Amino acid sequence: MGGWERFTETFLNAKVMARYWPDIVSGLGTTIELAALIVVSGLAAGLALAVLRSFGIRVVNWGIIFVVDLFRALPPLVIIVLIYFGLPSIDVVPSGFVSTWLSLALVLMAFSEEIFWAGITAIPRGQWEAARSTGLGFTQTLAHVILPQALRITIPPLTNRTIAITKGTALGSVVAVTEILGQASSAVSNSYNPSPLTLGAAAYLVLFIPVVVFGRWVERKFR
Amino acid sequence: MIQAKGIHKQFGALHVLKGVDLDVAERELVFIIGPSGSGKSTMLRCLNRLEVPTSGSVVVDGIDLLDPRTDLNHARQRIGMVFQSFNLYPHMTALGNVTLALRKVAGKSRAEADEIGHAALARVGLAERADHRPGQLSGGQQQRVAIARAIALEPRVMLFDEPTSALDPELVGSVLGVMRALRESGMTMVVVSHEMGFARAAADRVMFMDDGLIVEQGPPAQIFEAPLHARTRGFISQIQRH
Repeated sequence: MGGWERFTETFLNAKVMARYWPDIVSGLGTTIELAALIVVSGLAAGLALAVLRSFGIRVVNWGIIFVVDLFRALPPLVIIVLIYFGLPSIDVVPSGFVSTWLSLALVLMAFSEEIFWAGITAIPRGQWEAARSTGLGFTQTLAHVILPQALRITIPPLTNRTIAITKGTALGSVVAVTEILGQASSAVSNSYNPSPLTLGAAAYLVLFIPVVVFGRWVERKFR
Repeated sequence: MIQAKGIHKQFGALHVLKGVDLDVAERELVFIIGPSGSGKSTMLRCLNRLEVPTSGSVVVDGIDLLDPRTDLNHARQRIGMVFQSFNLYPHMTALGNVTLALRKVAGKSRAEADEIGHAALARVGLAERADHRPGQLSGGQQQRVAIARAIALEPRVMLFDEPTSALDPELVGSVLGVMRALRESGMTMVVVSHEMGFARAAADRVMFMDDGLIVEQGPPAQIFEAPLHARTRGFISQIQRH
């Protein structure tokens, strides 16, 4: 057997691939579901924190900064493991799926809060003053004048960060989430052949290349 | 219309206003001049509480602006303000800029607000520019939209904070033209500016501020041609050289 044949036998084994591709597709579904939940809840929580922070209540802001710095500093895998293995000790038993969702949503919340906050503070003071001078209240000014401008400038950095964190769904395989990598790993153990990993890589490309391309388009449009 | 008494304003150790009194009658146009750092913009910003005075009292159209029970957002609708750097909302059209407060503060429907907004833009000579964004307008046009944004709310008083300082010389005239028309309509106005020609033609009273105090005030002819104080003389001769 030549080198090339050995390579295809190992990584592109048609028989193994034919047997396990449905598992990988089901993993792709789980990954998409997980990613969508993380993006929606992470960004919503990040925006909510940034808006809350703009009210300038000192004690609240200390709390926000502490939480945000905490989740920016901890490696996502550490958070996943802490939630999955730690919470049962206080009688909360989250599934691997929920642990991964919660962890990555918290990380995305932390990073996106900082990005939204930077966007809000980048809007010149004169915009606030003009709006307030016409009688708009603080919240109205934020909603109609500041946020529409701030969101526009946050879109490029936000897109990048969101993609980076969403790829972390692969970490769910550590706590038995049957997403792409989890499915591929068990298929590898069952078939004694790494070809399912190739399928897994292909599944990630199918999912994330359009997202990355979309991100580049968004970045060009809003920069 | 405006009664401000004993206004002090301190930013930390910096004492910007050191006891300023300002009374403006209805339909009066008061001009405030003075070197940069004299406190004239801060004084103006105290008149709609964009700055909160450290002490003193500000009453505009019978409303005590420093009373914590005062509905500030309601009061501010009666006090229009125009800024040096226009401060238009860049993500909205000219009409959107003018109608935002009409809809959100004055509670007008979109149709009503649009009608009032178009009328306000027509008053500043920009009826045709309603759908343009600020970025598509010249500085003079932007400042006129900013004036339309303020007058659409039918204020009782208009405050102008160096409205022409950021404009190219050839665009100043159009803004001053709108201000003159506003003056002729009987609007009470307080203007911080160095447009001496406009002051001479339109102001009832000119105040000279220096170092946080009003040094002297009087009719434009007196302040510009026969100032009593040496500091006023020095300042007037300096700006006339330009």
